[in-house]
Amino acid sequence: MNRYPLWKYLIVLVTLVAGFLYTLPNFYGEVPAIQVSPLRSNLKADQALLGRIEETLKAASLNAEGIALDETSVKARFPSTDEQLKARDAVQKALGEDYVVALNLLSRSPAWLTSIGALPMYLGLDLRGGVHFLMQVDMKSALSKKVEAYTNDIRGSLREQRIQYSGISREGQQIRIRFRDTATREKALIHISKSVPDLELKTVEGSGEYQLTGILRIEAQRRTQEFAIQQNITTLRNRVNELGVAEPIIQQQGADRVVVQLPGVQDTAKAKDILGRTATLEVRMVDDENMGVDFQQRVKSGQLPFGTELYYERNGQPVLVKRQVVLTGERINDAQPGFDSTNGEPAVHITLDGAGARIFQQVTRENVGKRMAILLFERGKGEVVTAPVIRQEIGGGRVQISGRMTTQEARDVSLLLRAGALAAPMDIVEERTVGPSLGADNIRVGFQSTWIGFAAIAVLMVAYYTLVGVFSVLALAANLLFLIALLSMLQATLTLPGMAGIALTIGMAIDANVLINERIREELRNGVTPHAAIFAGYDRAWGTILDSNITTLIAGLALFAFGSGPVKGFAVVLCLGILTSIFSAVVVSRAMMNLYYGGRRKLDRIAIG
Amino acid sequence: MEFFRFRQAIPFMRHARLFNIISLITFLIAVVSLSTKGLNLGVDFTGGTVMEVSYQQPAELDRIRDTLGKLGFSEASVQNFGTSRDVLIRLPVKEGLTSAKLSEQVLAELRKGGTPVELRRVEFVGPQVGKELFESGALALLFVCLGIVAYLALRFEWKFGVAAIIANLHDVVIIVGFFSLFQWEFSLPVLAAVLAILGYSVNESVVVFDRVRECFRSRQFRGAAVPDVLNAAITQTISRTIMTHGSTQLMVCAMLIFGGETLYYFALALTIGICFGIYSSVLVASPIVMYLGVSREDLVKIDKKPDNESGAVV
Repeated sequence: MNRYPLWKYLIVLVTLVAGFLYTLPNFYGEVPAIQVSPLRSNLKADQALLGRIEETLKAASLNAEGIALDETSVKARFPSTDEQLKARDAVQKALGEDYVVALNLLSRSPAWLTSIGALPMYLGLDLRGGVHFLMQVDMKSALSKKVEAYTNDIRGSLREQRIQYSGISREGQQIRIRFRDTATREKALIHISKSVPDLELKTVEGSGEYQLTGILRIEAQRRTQEFAIQQNITTLRNRVNELGVAEPIIQQQGADRVVVQLPGVQDTAKAKDILGRTATLEVRMVDDENMGVDFQQRVKSGQLPFGTELYYERNGQPVLVKRQVVLTGERINDAQPGFDSTNGEPAVHITLDGAGARIFQQVTRENVGKRMAILLFERGKGEVVTAPVIRQEIGGGRVQISGRMTTQEARDVSLLLRAGALAAPMDIVEERTVGPSLGADNIRVGFQSTWIGFAAIAVLMVAYYTLVGVFSVLALAANLLFLIALLSMLQATLTLPGMAGIALTIGMAIDANVLINERIREELRNGVTPHAAIFAGYDRAWGTILDSNITTLIAGLALFAFGSGPVKGFAVVLCLGILTSIFSAVVVSRAMMNLYYGGRRKLDRIAIG
Repeated sequence: MEFFRFRQAIPFMRHARLFNIISLITFLIAVVSLSTKGLNLGVDFTGGTVMEVSYQQPAELDRIRDTLGKLGFSEASVQNFGTSRDVLIRLPVKEGLTSAKLSEQVLAELRKGGTPVELRRVEFVGPQVGKELFESGALALLFVCLGIVAYLALRFEWKFGVAAIIANLHDVVIIVGFFSLFQWEFSLPVLAAVLAILGYSVNESVVVFDRVRECFRSRQFRGAAVPDVLNAAITQTISRTIMTHGSTQLMVCAMLIFGGETLYYFALALTIGICFGIYSSVLVASPIVMYLGVSREDLVKIDKKPDNESGAVV
């Protein structure tokens, strides 16, 4: 009665072997590596890149343990962090600004394990150190911006159509246009509703005026918001690339939030600076005529000429700038640091879109010899990034800014220019930073407490149930194996709460074996034969095991549904642990019992203490 | 080895009233503490900034407090964390001052004068996010309670379901009450521990009730008084109760002792939960079942169906 058919033993064997194989990669540890990925979409990670990196490393007499090419990057492993750092510098220098060379840690597990898909668990930020940001997109200002753009469009098109209006303005998220008579208003209404279908138009009778108001339709609002968050995610991705992080996570969360996780980033201040930059760019003309002798006095007294504003350069130099905006950051497609082709000076190359190029050509033609300022606005504060002199008319939308710049400055300016492309400002609403030393401590602490707890349970079980206790402990170990294997297969992220979940699951999983063992003892006490006792013990405990696990599972599922971040990790481990523990406590421990006791026809006693 | 071999059922139910009074008093203390002192909610729920910094020499807490005061945070909490070199700084939400940049300003200020300070951890939670985390936490608690009630209602007779829920909510209130009474920090991991305990201690009640039902149905207890049946059922499961919880507690103790500061309150909540989980399943839930007037008929009725189907007539 206590015999398993062969296939059941085989299932147990196969699951144990699979469990072992998929757990294995977690114990190999990690090697330092560099990861090279192209920054621009027209560049690809290919054999040629691999070859270039190999040559560079050879030239620098650095020995990589292995160089591999995958879909998006080339990864090279090194025996020590020292060589890793040297390699990064050498490769970055050789490849230039078009590629990101990031430091990374790769699993040391052998290739045959990787080839069957056995990969180590991904360590969470609290274990490897790094930054987690939750960023909120300011949707209100995204909408205002859209309405503002429509206001400008309407102004232009009414003028083109020669429809006379007495005023047009944006009030919050509403456009208000004033007319002198109803006939013109009618004409404008027909024209606008055709040219800007996103607006919901209403006629309003003001004091002696005829007005037209427009607000964004609901679908248009939704579209604008979706676009804003997508645009921001793209921009964030670019900015993160600048940081050279190996495996960043950038994801949308909910309607208006973005999660950014940067493992291994140590300079959190710089990360926050680059990510949190909610900048808009404006190109305006410098009012050089009024920056003469009495300029310093004007700055001191604050009396500025009409139509100008005062901004400062990074070095504190005041610049008088006209209010009229020539171009906004939206017209900038790209900005890259580089060198002037004629004199080799560091320069910034800017690419403009079609409309921007036209405007720029016109403005530069009319203003040769004058200065133009590129202003960066962050959180309502403006700053002059650079104020170059226009040397000649610039057509085609390819702009080069050079002179009085270092390479570092060129890089910074181009980064700032690209950073100006956010569709809407973002705020960091949550930050969790874990330093690398704390991460290492957390791993140690998590492992230590799990093993000590496991050992204590093992001692107690063996002392109390003797041989059957040994089976229970082995089943518990199998449970740990299955749980880690499953988490590795799912490529789950292991966090400290997740480790606590593993420990807690182990502590709770023993319950099933205790239930079974107690049942067997009870049956023996009632005078049942040992074989019948084993059978009845497993049989009758099953219902109780199922019951008690389902309640914990309910709690785990609720935690998963409503929990966030680390709590979710805990919930995943808890739920998976319940499932594996049912299998290991019932099937695996029974297999051991059957294997040991099942073959004996005459069984006098069971070693159950 | 066998510790818990009782010839005779232990008369738990005779002392039911005493246990009920103990429960009631603990429960009242918890409720009073919760309503007067409230919970010391962590930064996850209130919003604000928590920084863990590490010095090379034992840290001078007063100097750190002065520095924070200069930045406008006179009510910041500064305390040692684990060792005398590690310091935990808590900055409450303050209008206009709270932002993700704050931690850097503080760090820069602390590093002034060339003091080497290592930043171990920063947690910044905006007030809005804190409110949302609190709400979703409360929602999770509600969902777990409803889910367990629904499960017990399906699985058991209603009297058992009601008893289990009362017993386990009493556990939850007492755990949370402990956190309120001693003003321990109530954070997200602690909430996770409370929810895990809710599931875990319901499972304890389920095991006891399973046995109660079995005893009611068995021939041995035909004609026995209800308290005797309950006593017998509890006595029969006591060995399992002690072993299971003993094992779980061993693991939790390992976390409590070796888990460091991060897991400390998580493990503490689990410890309290496990102790009260045993107590409430045995000494709270069972008497409630008794008061609710459970009888053999409640359970045996269900049993008749399979008997008829199998055609066996006794």
